[in-house]
Amino acid sequence: MEAVILGYGVFFLTLGGVYALLALGLNVQWGYVGMLNVGIAAFFAVGAYASAILTGPADPAHLGGFGLPVWLGMSGAAFFAALLGLAIGLVTLRLRSDYLAIASIGIAEIVRLVLKNEDWLTNGVRGIAGIPRPFEALWPGNGGLAMLLVVWGLVFLAFLLNHRAHRSPWGRVLRGIRDNEPAARAMGKNSLAFRLQAFVLGCAVMGLAGSAYAHFVGFISPEAFDPVFATFLVWVMLIAGGSGNNTGAILGALLIWGVWSGTEILTGYLPAEVQTQAGALRVLAIGVLLQAILILRPEGLLPERPPRPVWRKETSR
Amino acid sequence: MDILQLLLYGVVLGSIVALGAVGVTLTFGILGFANFAHGDLMAFGAYVALVAYTWLALPLWLALPAAVAATVALALLVDALVFRRFRTRRPIVLLISSFGVALILRSLIQIGFGPGTVLYSTRIQIAERFWGLRVKPDQIVIVALTLVLVVLLHLFLSRTRTGKAMRAMADNPTLARLSGIDTENVIRWTWAIGGALAAVAGVCLGLNSRLSPEMGWFLLLAVFAAAILGGIGRPYGAILGGYVVGICVEMSNLVLPAEYSPVVPFALLVVMLIVRPTGLFAGRSG
Repeated sequence: MEAVILGYGVFFLTLGGVYALLALGLNVQWGYVGMLNVGIAAFFAVGAYASAILTGPADPAHLGGFGLPVWLGMSGAAFFAALLGLAIGLVTLRLRSDYLAIASIGIAEIVRLVLKNEDWLTNGVRGIAGIPRPFEALWPGNGGLAMLLVVWGLVFLAFLLNHRAHRSPWGRVLRGIRDNEPAARAMGKNSLAFRLQAFVLGCAVMGLAGSAYAHFVGFISPEAFDPVFATFLVWVMLIAGGSGNNTGAILGALLIWGVWSGTEILTGYLPAEVQTQAGALRVLAIGVLLQAILILRPEGLLPERPPRPVWRKETSR
Repeated sequence: MDILQLLLYGVVLGSIVALGAVGVTLTFGILGFANFAHGDLMAFGAYVALVAYTWLALPLWLALPAAVAATVALALLVDALVFRRFRTRRPIVLLISSFGVALILRSLIQIGFGPGTVLYSTRIQIAERFWGLRVKPDQIVIVALTLVLVVLLHLFLSRTRTGKAMRAMADNPTLARLSGIDTENVIRWTWAIGGALAAVAGVCLGLNSRLSPEMGWFLLLAVFAAAILGGIGRPYGAILGGYVVGICVEMSNLVLPAEYSPVVPFALLVVMLIVRPTGLFAGRSG
């Protein structure tokens, strides 16, 4: 029994960490600059597949067999997700944010179609199996636990990076662009370049999340990147936790992931004949929850706190 | 496949997209947000017609008005319960909220009807041949119905006070408000017209292929592309945009594998946004 609880705890917290990474990535894009990325699933999937292909075993059915170490797979995941973000950003970032939202569903759709149809690359709907789970060899039986530590290490790193960026002059410009773009431009800031940087950074973090997911689960297929869990849930997490607040993003990710997996346990008690509908019931609950948050507490649990200005002592000259 | 045959399929699909795009362009122009729930409004209409047609055994010409009435009521209800609360907030909040509404509607459909696909009728339609083209009776109905609705929409927008107020508000909301237009009334009419056309589009989509909870979501990108192509806030532009998108999607079968045809609206959208972001009819871009 203890082993089951421990196993579930590891599973819960690791995927919670993956979601925290996604929410932190989205926070840079939405929370800092106000860019509406509705294609999170695409960057998450590209990261997962990049890592799987770079590190996975050779399989004649699809590309792969490079046998690279996991850390290179993770870097590759962040790199390819960032590259996709760069390509999309160059095209769409000059548009107003709702056009970016529409364009980003298009990107997610294209990535989904490629995953499903390009068998030579992704093995299509059969997915990629045997993705190396690091530490399984180093620490037999506790690979999951080690992976949990790695994922939360990545969350911590992303948090520090985000936090530092938020306080830096760069972060100030991002908030300036978000709140009043003409003013930021009048101050001589190239708002397009800043938006592009923030977009690409966010996409890289999402790619990293994809890689962490792939190495934890060991098997990926297009179904794992459904827009409902991979995009919508992340949005609800960030809005619930507090857009613009990194602690809020992590808190929101854990809370909403708790609600999502908790409702799965609850719907498990429903009679078998309505089990197929149970998933829809959970999506319904999350959709209603989002409306409630937007109406009752639009700033989220932990509202954004602009960093205090740092008062530097006047140096005597 | 024959180019003319593809063109014909394109006109059928284009009619459906056009009906959806009018609603999207009106809500986008008047309320200032891209309504991500519009596709699911279409799906809702399609399923109401399914209930009326197969369960209540109403003829299809009665099932359609039932679907229209129910979808208009739903659109007004969603506005009163949810969207109205965000009118004073940034429009982007409305967009996020509509994404949630979309999922709520889709999961309600799935709870009621299951995740699988359904057909209105299993009766096989025999395609008629006209000058060597295969045409199904349903396809004639879809195109004719769209033409009738476009004419009615034109009469409404050009002849009635509410219609003129609606165009004014889609064109410039602030100026319209300043000139004393009852904006809440216009907003109600916007949802009514958008909802009614969405219901018809959903039923036509169901007739043309099959019903599934995701049917509207899958068409949403095409509908948005049509609205942007026509210029935001321009109903006539949206109709033209719908036909352009529909025809391009079907024609793409000549050069693209069929499984990639959903990408075509996106490609059109991106090209349009780069070359002429205001749309063919110079709608608003900023």
